[in-house]
Amino acid sequence: MRWLVDWIDARFPLISLWEEHVSRYYAPKNFNFWYYFGSIALVVLVIQIVTGIWLTMNYKPSATEAFASVESIMRDVEWGWLIRYMHSTGASFFFIAVYLHMFRALIYGSYKGNRELIWLLGMFIYVILMAEAFMGYLLPWGQMSYWGAQVIISLFGAIPFGIGEALALWIRGDYVVSDATLNRFFALHVVALPLALLAVVVLHILALHEVGSNNPDGVEIKRNKGPDGTPRDGIPFHPYYTVKDLMGVTVFLFLFAIVVFFIPEFGGWFLEKDNFVPADPLRTPEHIVPLWYFTPFYAILRAIPDKLTGVLAMGASIVVLFFLPWIDRHPVKSIRYRGPLFVTLMMTFALTFVVLGYLGTQAPTRVLGELGLRFGELYFSFFVVLWLYSRERRAAAYLNTLIVMVVLVGIADVIRFDPDKLGLMVWSLLIPLVYFAVFIVGPLVSSANEPRPVPERVVYR
Amino acid sequence: MSWMKRAAWAAGIAAAVLAGGARAAGGDLPLLEAKVELGDRASLQRGAKLYVNYCAGCHSAQYLRFSQLGRDLGLTEDQVRANLMFATDKPGDPILATLSESDASAWFGQAPPDLSLTARSRGADWIYTYLMTFYRDEGRPFGANNLVFPDVAMPHVLVELQGVQVRKEAGGEDGHEPAARSAMELLELAESGSMSVAEYRRTVRDLVNFLVYLGEPAKLHRYTVGGWVLLFLLVFFVISRLLYKEYWKDVH
Repeated sequence: MRWLVDWIDARFPLISLWEEHVSRYYAPKNFNFWYYFGSIALVVLVIQIVTGIWLTMNYKPSATEAFASVESIMRDVEWGWLIRYMHSTGASFFFIAVYLHMFRALIYGSYKGNRELIWLLGMFIYVILMAEAFMGYLLPWGQMSYWGAQVIISLFGAIPFGIGEALALWIRGDYVVSDATLNRFFALHVVALPLALLAVVVLHILALHEVGSNNPDGVEIKRNKGPDGTPRDGIPFHPYYTVKDLMGVTVFLFLFAIVVFFIPEFGGWFLEKDNFVPADPLRTPEHIVPLWYFTPFYAILRAIPDKLTGVLAMGASIVVLFFLPWIDRHPVKSIRYRGPLFVTLMMTFALTFVVLGYLGTQAPTRVLGELGLRFGELYFSFFVVLWLYSRERRAAAYLNTLIVMVVLVGIADVIRFDPDKLGLMVWSLLIPLVYFAVFIVGPLVSSANEPRPVPERVVYR
Repeated sequence: MSWMKRAAWAAGIAAAVLAGGARAAGGDLPLLEAKVELGDRASLQRGAKLYVNYCAGCHSAQYLRFSQLGRDLGLTEDQVRANLMFATDKPGDPILATLSESDASAWFGQAPPDLSLTARSRGADWIYTYLMTFYRDEGRPFGANNLVFPDVAMPHVLVELQGVQVRKEAGGEDGHEPAARSAMELLELAESGSMSVAEYRRTVRDLVNFLVYLGEPAKLHRYTVGGWVLLFLLVFFVISRLLYKEYWKDVH
């Protein structure tokens, strides 16, 4: 074996790559539960690529054959049902892992300290992943595949001056979602986007290894090196984190297998009932819902009565995430050393995201539509509060922000005023007002937002 | 202020959950429970026979082949040939309707849907309730209507087994129909069929069981495979945990 490694190493930087990125990549020793999801996302990526290759061997990208070929995979192909369920479940688990991974970055400030590019590259991964999932969902050519794609693509039509319609036409390659759309989505789903995804994942990891991992204490371990030049609070990724992540991945695979083998439809959340009916361009399903991982943004889109504004708001709800490293500049990285108000802010944001996700799956009734708008306001307010908290500010800054926010919410209510909904609007106005009272007035009248001192070294056990 | 915030959350979530629950019930008629048992092979075999006798004339099951049906239900090729196949069918053929689409359109107004995936798109409970709740309605072309699928084009094919049901007179004091707790409360048997009520229920259950199998043949063995996979992962977790403990004992 040794001679082979030597032979390769004389011709390729094998040992140095291995050492730089694995065996001598020093990671903080205090990683907790939240730090499993990076490697878990990587494992899911591999599952998706491998199962995807096998699905491609049996799938037919054609409007007349696609649905039947998926059923043939489920019935005639040896272990085809397993490959397909792994792929469909993998899509949802990919988003679960990625959302938890992103939330980790948010609460521990993992985009701070020269880590802006890691976050940006991660956001590109996320956006590519959304496109990948969206296009993949068309391929089974079921009713929900078809109409989901129809609805989402038609959103581009909201862009004015004829640009939107032309763009939607260009994306579909037809006036409706059709065979042409299916073929190009197939090409993008199996070739273009996975290539882009892999490339950006490599860049994401390279950027991470250049700066070094953050940790739950937000302490820069490279500032405290031992006599051998390695961080005192760091341990080599291999073997320490390879064995730890192996354990984490096993637990993850256990949960994954429960879904794959026992509840692959996951009550209609992972595989929708309507998608077992072949696409029918002449019959619209009663209730078109995107898959759960898009529903928070879909709820924001639907909450706004004006279509163009809704599309812009939905776009903004994703774009704003790119700017997170510049919105939150607070020197204390970790939630552990920020005040209780900050903890509440993060919890509320997580809850906002979940509630929006839920609302996005429901028919927009009077009350639910109104709630969607209010929680959409909370979604965007979160970033304003984060910016407000990002450094020491005088009381006037808080009060000005409060006034601006209340005025903005007020203007929105005036524009969308509907006498039939007066009572509902007044009551639901409490949601943003209470939010502002707690998070903008709160720091002025209490010390609940004071950060605590950050230790010199990481806290381990 | 935080109690207000909590109350607002709670109210919002409660409203959302209530609205969701109402929608999830689907329609206004609660479905009967099919309570099918996929492990009951005899029931599946009876269901297959019922399917071929009563459904396959008009409905295709284009994604299931006779050969797979035989394998999955523990029938020999001869048994399948003798009991389930038409003389012109070959074992590798899918189970197709004998009725042509053009005839079907002429007679029923539309072609009967393929039933391969009905159990997955509608659910077992829906099919069970559908087959239980046909009732006499002289206004319909075939003299029958259905509670969960109003104005369905299909005649009540199982009427000789179930007998004829009629809709009860509206029983509410104000002339409105009382909210039914079960679909069966709205119907009563006017003429009995060749089967007792209990026999008919069992028969429909067998048929629905077969349709559930038809929707996903892999379901017959995916639970078993899953059990072994979970067992393996459990053992592997213990090993990976021990490995982790061993390596990490020198991290302080």
